[in-house]
Amino acid sequence: MAHVILRHRDVENIKELDVYVKNGGYEGLKKALSMTPEEVVNEIKAAGIRGRGGAGFPAGIKWSFMPKGDGQKYIVINNDESETGTFKDREILEGNPHQVIEGALIAAYAVGADMVYCYWRGEYMDAAYPAEKAIKDAYKAGYLGKNILGSGFDCDYHNHFGAGAYICGEETALLNSLMGNLGQPWSKPPFPAQAGAYDKPTVVNNVETLANVPPTMVNGADWYANLGTDQSNGVKIVCMSGHVARPGNYEVEMGKVTYRELIYGDEYCQGMRDGKEFKALLPSGGSGPVVLPDALDGNVSFEGLNDYGSMMGSASVIVMDEDTDMVWAALKMTHFFKHESCGKCTPCREGTFWLEKTLHRIMEGHGTEEDIKTLDRVAHSMQGKCLCALGEFAVSPVIGTLKHFRSEYVAKVRQAEAVPAD
Amino acid sequence: MIAEKYAKEIESLFERYPADQRKSAVLPLLHIAQQEYGYSSEEAMKEVAEIIGCDPTHVRGIAGFYSLYYEEEVGKYVLEVCNDLACALRGADEFIKMAEGKLGIDLEGTTEDGMFTLKNVMCLGACDRAPMLQCNLKFHENLDEAKFDQLIADYRAKAAAGDSEPTVVDKILIQTHH
Amino acid sequence: MSETVNIIVDGIEAEVPKGLTVVDAAKMVDVDIPVFCHHPKLEPVGMCRMCLVDIGMPMFDRETREPVMDDDGTQKINWGRGMQTGCTVRVADGMNVRTNTEGVLDARNTVIEFLLTSHPLDCPICDKGGECPLQNLTMAHGLGDSHFPFDQKMKNDKHVPLGDLIALDRERCIQCARCVRFQDEVVDDPVLGFHNRGRKLEIITYSDPGFDSYWSGNTTDICPVGALTTNDFRFGARPWELRPVASISPHGPEGENITMSTRQEAKSGGRVVIKRIMPRQNEQVNEIWISDRTRFGHHFADADGRLMTPMVRKNGELQAASWDEALSLVADKFKAAGSNAAGLSGDRMSNEDLFAFQDMMRNTVGTNNIDLANGRIAGGDVTAQVGVGTGTNLADMGAGDAVIVFASDLHEEAPIWWLRVKQAAQRGAKVFTFNVRETRLDAVAAETTLYKPGDAIDTARALLNALNVSDQKAKDGVGAIASAIADAENVVAFYGFEGLTYEETDSLSRILANVLLVNGNVGKANNGLIAVWPHNNTQGAWDMGIHPAFGPGYKALDKAGKSAADIYESGADALYVMGADPVGDGLMNGRKNVGFMVVQELFMNATAELADVVLPAQSWAERDGTFTNGERRIQLYYPAIAPMGKSKADWQIIGMLNEKMGGDKPKMAASLVFKKAIAAGVAQYKGMDYRSLAQVEKQFPDVGGADLYYGGNSYENKHGMGQQWASAAESGEVTSLDIPDAKSSKVSGIATIRTAALYTNGSLLQHSELLEPRMATPRIMINEADANGIATGDEVQVRVNGETMTLQAYVNGVAPQGVALLNGVPHVAGVIDAEITKG
Ligand SMILES: Cc1cc2nc3c(=O)[nH]c(=O)nc-3n(C[C@H](O)[C@H](O)[C@H](O)COP(=O)(O)O)c2cc1C
Ligand code: SF4
Ligand code: FES
Repeated sequence: MAHVILRHRDVENIKELDVYVKNGGYEGLKKALSMTPEEVVNEIKAAGIRGRGGAGFPAGIKWSFMPKGDGQKYIVINNDESETGTFKDREILEGNPHQVIEGALIAAYAVGADMVYCYWRGEYMDAAYPAEKAIKDAYKAGYLGKNILGSGFDCDYHNHFGAGAYICGEETALLNSLMGNLGQPWSKPPFPAQAGAYDKPTVVNNVETLANVPPTMVNGADWYANLGTDQSNGVKIVCMSGHVARPGNYEVEMGKVTYRELIYGDEYCQGMRDGKEFKALLPSGGSGPVVLPDALDGNVSFEGLNDYGSMMGSASVIVMDEDTDMVWAALKMTHFFKHESCGKCTPCREGTFWLEKTLHRIMEGHGTEEDIKTLDRVAHSMQGKCLCALGEFAVSPVIGTLKHFRSEYVAKVRQAEAVPAD
Repeated sequence: MIAEKYAKEIESLFERYPADQRKSAVLPLLHIAQQEYGYSSEEAMKEVAEIIGCDPTHVRGIAGFYSLYYEEEVGKYVLEVCNDLACALRGADEFIKMAEGKLGIDLEGTTEDGMFTLKNVMCLGACDRAPMLQCNLKFHENLDEAKFDQLIADYRAKAAAGDSEPTVVDKILIQTHH
Repeated sequence: MSETVNIIVDGIEAEVPKGLTVVDAAKMVDVDIPVFCHHPKLEPVGMCRMCLVDIGMPMFDRETREPVMDDDGTQKINWGRGMQTGCTVRVADGMNVRTNTEGVLDARNTVIEFLLTSHPLDCPICDKGGECPLQNLTMAHGLGDSHFPFDQKMKNDKHVPLGDLIALDRERCIQCARCVRFQDEVVDDPVLGFHNRGRKLEIITYSDPGFDSYWSGNTTDICPVGALTTNDFRFGARPWELRPVASISPHGPEGENITMSTRQEAKSGGRVVIKRIMPRQNEQVNEIWISDRTRFGHHFADADGRLMTPMVRKNGELQAASWDEALSLVADKFKAAGSNAAGLSGDRMSNEDLFAFQDMMRNTVGTNNIDLANGRIAGGDVTAQVGVGTGTNLADMGAGDAVIVFASDLHEEAPIWWLRVKQAAQRGAKVFTFNVRETRLDAVAAETTLYKPGDAIDTARALLNALNVSDQKAKDGVGAIASAIADAENVVAFYGFEGLTYEETDSLSRILANVLLVNGNVGKANNGLIAVWPHNNTQGAWDMGIHPAFGPGYKALDKAGKSAADIYESGADALYVMGADPVGDGLMNGRKNVGFMVVQELFMNATAELADVVLPAQSWAERDGTFTNGERRIQLYYPAIAPMGKSKADWQIIGMLNEKMGGDKPKMAASLVFKKAIAAGVAQYKGMDYRSLAQVEKQFPDVGGADLYYGGNSYENKHGMGQQWASAAESGEVTSLDIPDAKSSKVSGIATIRTAALYTNGSLLQHSELLEPRMATPRIMINEADANGIATGDEVQVRVNGETMTLQAYVNGVAPQGVALLNGVPHVAGVIDAEITKG
C-alpha cells in the first residue's frame, strides 16, 4: 500500500512544492476552502482522526471546542518530539513538510485561526531546513499569507525553536515556551481552546495528526474512517528502536499489524538483532507500561494493547532482548524523567529524584529490600498527584518493571546484601 | 553586540510574534547570542534582555531551564551523545567511553585546545540510528569508532580552515526569514 | 456579595460567592484545606499539590439532562477521575467537595513528606520557626516519620544575598513561586525568577541592584518557609518572643497599617526595641503589603543622637535643664510675645500634637501665626469639600472607572497608591496621567499627557473646559480624555506638586475639584479628590488647623495670621518649631528677627542648633496617637517601645506648657486629647474616639489569622482599621469652586524641577543603614538636546535657590527636551531657572 503520511518514501522529492502539488498537494486545502469551516470540522470529526501525540484525543472534537466568531486564534503544531524512542515527526517534516503545512492550514481555516506556529524541539533545527524552505515556497505560491488561493482566507505560518526540554511537548508547557516563559506546564483549566497562546483560543495538535488531515479532505471522511478499526481510524507511524534488526519508522494501518509482525515481519524490522530472544518492549517510549512476550499479539491501535495492560500511546516501540537488565532499563528511563522534570510540582520534582536515587543504589549494588519498598512507595506517592502527565509517565517504568521483573530487583539486592558493605 | 550585527534578522524574528510579545523571541535570540559568544555568557544574556526589554533575571532563568543553553564556557564544538534508553540499547554508553578515550576528556569536559566539549544528552529523536550525536545542533548518525575518528578529523580540519560554513543557527534562524 | 452558588464541603452545605476557589470557599465554612503555593492575592497555580481534594459534580443524563439518582433518592455525584487541586478549581453550583477521604489525607502526607525530604530541619535556628506554614502543616498533616534515607537532603547555599535587603536560604525553599509571582503579578518588578529545573530549581535575581524593587520585603512575609529573610531581622529574634504592636507607617500619605514586632533585650541595655516591621492587614488601605521604606525605615526611633533631655541656652551654649526650667522659660517668652508669637509645625506629628499645638498658640498665647513649616502642597480645604467619599476603596475600582493622576509620581511618592492604581488599571480602570515627564504609572495609563513646565494649570483648565462644553468636538488630546472621564462611573483624582509652586497646587486642586463636580464624581465612595501629601499626616495638619487662615475643621478665621513664608521673612518675637527643620531645609535663613526660639524635636537638627530651648520629643514608636491619611482615614497607632530619656509626647509637652501659661491642665492621655479636644473641636471628627477607631471588621482574604495557611504573612488587624471622615460633598451641595490665578513659574532657559525618589536622604531615612546603598544619589537628568557637552557621569554645578549644589549629570533619555530633573535632593518648589555648569 502506498504511504499516506510517509509519502516521500514513494514520491521522490515530495518535499518540493512543485512535486507535492503535482501529486495532489494542496487539493485538500482547496476542498476545505470550498466548504464552510463547520463542514470541515464535521468532516474531521466524522473521519475520526485521533491525536497522534499520545493521548488520542479526537482532533475534530478538539477543534469544535474552539469558540466561534472573530478574534485572534492560533494553531500550534507540536513538533517537540522528545519522548525516548520517538522519531516520526522529524521524518514527516523532513520528508513531506507540505502535508503538515497543508493540514495546519485546513485546521486554521476550520477554527478561524490566522496564525500557525510550529514548535520544534531545538535539536531539530538542522532538520528544519526543508520545512523552512517549504514555508518560503508556500508563501511565494500563495498557499500562505494573505487571501490564500483567492479565498479571502489569510494565514501565516512560522517555525519556533525550543532549546532542549522534553516537558515542552506537554501542550501548556509548549505554549509557555512559545510565549517566552519558562517551559513549565500550567494547571488546566484553562485549556488551550479557552486560553492558549497569548491567552487566545488555541489548538495544539501533533505533527502526525495534522499530516492525516489533507488526505482525509481529499478522499473524504468515509475513506479515512474505513481504514483501521472502530476506535482507531487511519494509519499510524510506529517508531521501532532498540534490539531489532532494522529499526526505523513504519507506517501501518491501525489494528492490522501486531507487534510480533512489526518485530519479525519482513516488511518491518526483520527480527531481533543478532537473533536474540525477545524479552520485553516499551510501546510508548518511556511512558507506557512494559509489554511482555504474551502481548506481542496485540495490534497497533489505541485499543490494541488494552487486554495486556498497556497502550499504544505515541507508538514509539523500544524493543529489548533477553540480555537486557530490566533494573538498568528502569534506571535509564527514570533518569530521563528526573532530568526532564520541570520542577514545578512537588511530587514529580521530588519523586523522580527519589526514584532515580534509589534505583541507582540498587544498580550500584548497595540496594536493600527496603529500597524496593521505597520504590513502590514513591511511585504510589506520585500517582494521581502530579500537575501534568510527566509525573505519571515517570512512575510507569518503575511500576511496570517491579510488577513483571521484581525477581531481577530482588536478585540484585540479595546479592548486595550478601556482600559486606565496604 | 548582536543587536547591531543582526538588526534586520532580529527585527524579522519579532515580526513572527504579536507586537507586544517580544518575550516570545527569547529562545531564538539566545540561540543566536550563544552562537555569537560561544556560550550563554553573562554578556549574552544581558544583551538578549535588553533587546527584549525584560529583566536579565528572566533570560537567565530561561537559559538555566533549557539544556541547549550553556551557562559555562564550552569548546568550539559541543559533541552531545544521546545515551538514553533506546540509544543505550544500541551501544551508546560504550560509544561515549570510546569518545572519552579518544578525546582524552571525561563527560562535560573540554579538550585542552578548547575544540571539543563532550556531553551526554537525553533522547535526540534519532534512536533508530544510534549511536549518534549532535555537534552544534547538527546530527551525526549510525556512528562507530571509525566514523567518530573521521568526524573529529573533519571538524579539526574545518576549524583549521577558518570554519566558514554557515552553522545550523546561521542557516535556520538568521538566513531564512520570510 | 454578588452572585452565589451552593456547594457542599464535607457534608456542610454552604452558599458562597461565585468565582471563589474551592480552598477559599471551604474556609468560609471553617474547613481548612492546607496550601503552600496558593495565596489569595496571587493567581492560582496549583503547583505544590498540597490542596488536593475530591471534587464532584452532580450527575445529569447526557441525553435527557435529567438528574441521575442514586438508590437512596439523592442525586448521584460524578467524582471524576482523580483528586483536583482546590486552589485552582472555582466553585460551581452543586459542587461537592470532600477534604477528609483517605486519598486526600494520604496525598497531604506524601506532599509534606516529599517537601521535607529536601528541606533542612533547621527550625531551631530558622527565623520563620514559630510562624511557618510548613512547620504548622507538618504538625497538622505530616506523618511524623519519613521513608527516605536522610543522607540525600538538599545541601545548598544558605544566605545567598538577593541584593542588600533580602537573603535566600536555598535549601529551605520549597519552590512555591509565591515570591516570583508576587514580584511579577502584584508589583510588576519581575526581578526574581527560577533557574534550572527539577529538583535543582532555585530562586535567582539578576537585576541591578540585586532584587531591585520597592516591595522586596513582602516576599519574606509570603514565603511559606524561612527561605527568604530580611537583612534587617534575620537572626534577630524568635517570633514567639516578639510582642506585636499595631501601628501606622510614619512615612508617606497612604497610612500603611503595620505591626512592629518588639522585644526587650539585654544587648540594648534592657530596652524594648523594634525588631522588625511587618504589614497589618487593612484591605481598604494597604491590603497586606508595605513598601520597603516603611519596612526598613524605622531605625530613626532607635537611632543614636536622639534628644534625651530638655536644653536651655546658657552663656551661648545649649545645656541640659529640667522640664520645669525649660518650660517656665518658654512660657514666659510666649506669654510676653502674645500675638507676635508664631508657631510652625512639621506634618509628621500626630493629630493630638497638632491640635494641642494650635490650640495653645491660638487660645493661650493668642496668635494666628500658625502654619506648616514646610508646606509644599495646598488643598486640604479643597479635599475637605470634595475629597474621596467615605467607603472609598481603590481595590473596588476597575472597568468603567477612571483615575486622574496630576503632577505626581506615585511610584516614588506614595507607592501603595501606585500599586493600587496600577491594579485598578489592570482590572480595566482608565488611568490618565498628567505630568512634565514620564512616570512609571504611564505603563498602565490609558493616556499620558505631557505638558510643558509651567503649563500644568493651563492643561488642567483645558480639561475642565473640555468637560464643560457639551458638544465635544475636540476628541483628541484632553478632549478625548474629558469624554472618557465623563463616561466613567467613578472618578478619583490624585494631584501632587511635582514642578509646582504652592500657589499652583492650590489652583490645581480647585480645578480638579471642578472637574469632579461636573459629573457629580464627588460625595460618594470611589469618587473624589486625593492630595498626594508629602508626609504621613499632612492631611491631619490641615484638619487640625495648622494654617494661618483656618482653625480646626477648616473654620475660616476672622483675622488670618502670618504664613510660614511671612514668618521666615519677617520673624517673630517668639517662634515655636515643632517637628521641623526650616533652617536645615533652607527655608529660614538663620534666626534673624526671631526674638526667642524653641524647637521640639527628636534630633539636634540645624534649627535646634540655633534655638534658645530644645525640647526632646518622643518618636511615634514610643507613644500612641492618630494619623489621618490622604484618603482622610484616621488611624490609631500604639506605643511599641519605652520613651528615650526624658522625652515626652509632643501633645504632653504642649499640655504642660499650656498649663504654665495659664491654660487648661494637660490631658492625661492621647485618647483624651482626641476625645475631649479633637472630637469636640473638629467638626468632621465628631463622634469618634479611640474605641471607634479601634474597630475592626472581618476581612477577606483571611490572612494572618491563627489558621495554618498564611501564617507569617501579615498580621491580622485586631487593633483598628480607622474611620474616614465625610467630606462636605457627602452631606450637602458643593458647587463649583473659585479658582485663584496662580502665577505659574515659567523660565526662559532649561526648566528645572525636582522629582521625588522614594529613598531620599532625609531626617527619617538617614538612620536606616540598610537603605543607604539604595538612597537616590543627588543627580540632575538632562535631555540630549540640552546637554551642551555635558555627558552622563559629569559633575555639574547647579544653582538652585541661591545655593550651589554639585550633582552628577545623567543624559539618559529620561528628561524631556528643555527640562532638567533634579533627583535625590531636598524639596525644591516649582520650576526653577537653574544654571547648570560643568566642572
Ligand atoms: C510530558 C509530555 C510530553 C509530551 N510530548 C509530546 C510531544 O513531544 N509531541 C506531541 O505531539 N505531544 C506531546 N505530548 C502530548 C501533548 O500534551 C498534547 O496532548 C498533544 O500535542 C496534542 O496533540 P494531538 O491531539 O494531535 O495528539 C506530551 C505530553 C506530556 C504530558
Ligand atoms: S523562596 Fe519562599 S516564596 Fe520563593 S519559591 Fe522558595 S519557598 Fe516559595
Ligand atoms: S497546589 Fe493548591 S495550594 Fe499549592
